Amino acid sequence: MTFGEIEPGAGLKSALARPPADVLARIDASGLRGRGGAGFPTSLKWELAQKSKGDKKYVICNADEGEPGTFKDRVILGDFADMVFEGMTIAAVAIGARHGIVYLRAEYTYLRGHLEAVLQRRRENNLLGENICGREGFDFDIEVHMGAGSYVCGEETALIESLEGQRGEPRNRPPFPIDTGYLGNPTTVNNVETFAWAVCILAKGADWFKRLGTEKSTGHKLFSVSGDCRRPGVYDLPLGITVAELLAEVGGEDAKAVQVGGAAGQCIPRRDFQRGIAYEDIPTGGSIIVFGPGRDMLRVAKNFLEFFIDESCGQCTPCREGAPRLLEGIEMLHRGDCSMTYLDELCSLGETMQLASKCGLGQTAPSTFLSVVQNFRDEILGRTGGN
Amino acid sequence: MPPTERLLSDETLDAIRAHFPRYPNRRAVVLPALHVVNEYLGCVPIRAVVEVADLLGLAPAEVQDTLSFYGFFKQDAPSGRVRIWVCRSLSCAALGGEDLLDYLCEKLGVQPGETTADGRVTLEVAECLGACDFAPAILVGTTLHKNMTREKIDALVASLEDSREDDLS
Repeated sequence: MTFGEIEPGAGLKSALARPPADVLARIDASGLRGRGGAGFPTSLKWELAQKSKGDKKYVICNADEGEPGTFKDRVILGDFADMVFEGMTIAAVAIGARHGIVYLRAEYTYLRGHLEAVLQRRRENNLLGENICGREGFDFDIEVHMGAGSYVCGEETALIESLEGQRGEPRNRPPFPIDTGYLGNPTTVNNVETFAWAVCILAKGADWFKRLGTEKSTGHKLFSVSGDCRRPGVYDLPLGITVAELLAEVGGEDAKAVQVGGAAGQCIPRRDFQRGIAYEDIPTGGSIIVFGPGRDMLRVAKNFLEFFIDESCGQCTPCREGAPRLLEGIEMLHRGDCSMTYLDELCSLGETMQLASKCGLGQTAPSTFLSVVQNFRDEILGRTGGN
Repeated sequence: MPPTERLLSDETLDAIRAHFPRYPNRRAVVLPALHVVNEYLGCVPIRAVVEVADLLGLAPAEVQDTLSFYGFFKQDAPSGRVRIWVCRSLSCAALGGEDLLDYLCEKLGVQPGETTADGRVTLEVAECLGACDFAPAILVGTTLHKNMTREKIDALVASLEDSREDDLS
């Protein structure tokens, strides 16, 4: 993995050797985009937070990795925690923050002791705390905060609400966290992996990072690969790689479909395996679930819908009411008593959810249903309720 | 109303107070406080909510409002000594997780969400545990168990029984 090849501290050293504007310029030149999946330009987020007025600014690391099929942040936090904290410290240099928080999902409690130990060592080595690396007035420290089993808290405004001790319900945007974030202060929320890449970019340069990937999706990305393949695990591959190339790498050549981006992502049928995994084509936070020839796609859609029903915060109607209707439709399809007219109705309901839900959870809840109906029509129609 | 005895021990309250310096205000301490209570009591009953609110200078309704959002905290009865989370997410479900959940239900004689009669184990269904590379995975307390099989479940349940006997002796 690339992260293992970076000299510890080289990124921070490079960041401290230049004015904050140059740090931003370097990240900007690299084209780094958010590795949680949304793909927002990292430099722009940091620049907006830097320009926002406020005495207290926060750098938050989103380690609420809950997207089904995603586990690369678990591996990064376990094997490269220093990179993540170094990246957060670089973000602090860039935006002028003194406080950092890692929001760690409750399911990863077993990582907490390790993270606290790494933080403590960094404090002892003057990489956190006051006058970091001997630079007068550069104070920054990081706390670990535990989540409590809610998927939607991975959405950045819900995460902030949760950090404030509130229900983890997404906020209306604007205002955005970059000016009205944690307790109303300017805040940048970035994914675990994004921070680690920021370190690489500061250490090795923007051109080094850009040498791989596509024009709009520069660099490498970590992929969490699971399901029906011979070699599941975390892969460090250039963005733009085609689904077919990735399947060859992981030993899943006979797949009939691949779920890219988790429950919130897209189900890619075999005929589209030449498409690329990149922000401009098939975007992903890194979740790749391989479906072998024997998998029942209706069960796939059912599993994801049950997930969304479980995780919906219930604030807005399209998401709260829509997902159960789609699940009902899946059960009707399974029994073989869903008419074509009603199926069309359900698809139109799914499109309404995409447009009218308040946050990403509701907007993406119908995607797998819609893509299974679109791409596996023959497979899901004409059933009689048996197995 | 007669004065009631405090539910939360001094030790629990101190553990909550230890979080105060780490947060800019008391409201932000709600989740850490609930985690502390949950660790000591195995659940967060209403009386604990009132006492936490009192400690943080909040209305009990504010703490209850937050608590009720998060699936992690039980309120009615304490969890068993061990909480076993079986991942129901796609990769685990597809590679044997559904079967393991049925097997555990049968073996422990409980449905998901329930605690065994001896108070030993609470069985839970989890959304993605983030361990799909080791599917099917389960979490026992805070320990991840990878690539589970019926045989491994047998050994796990037996080890939980052994530890109980040790406790009694």
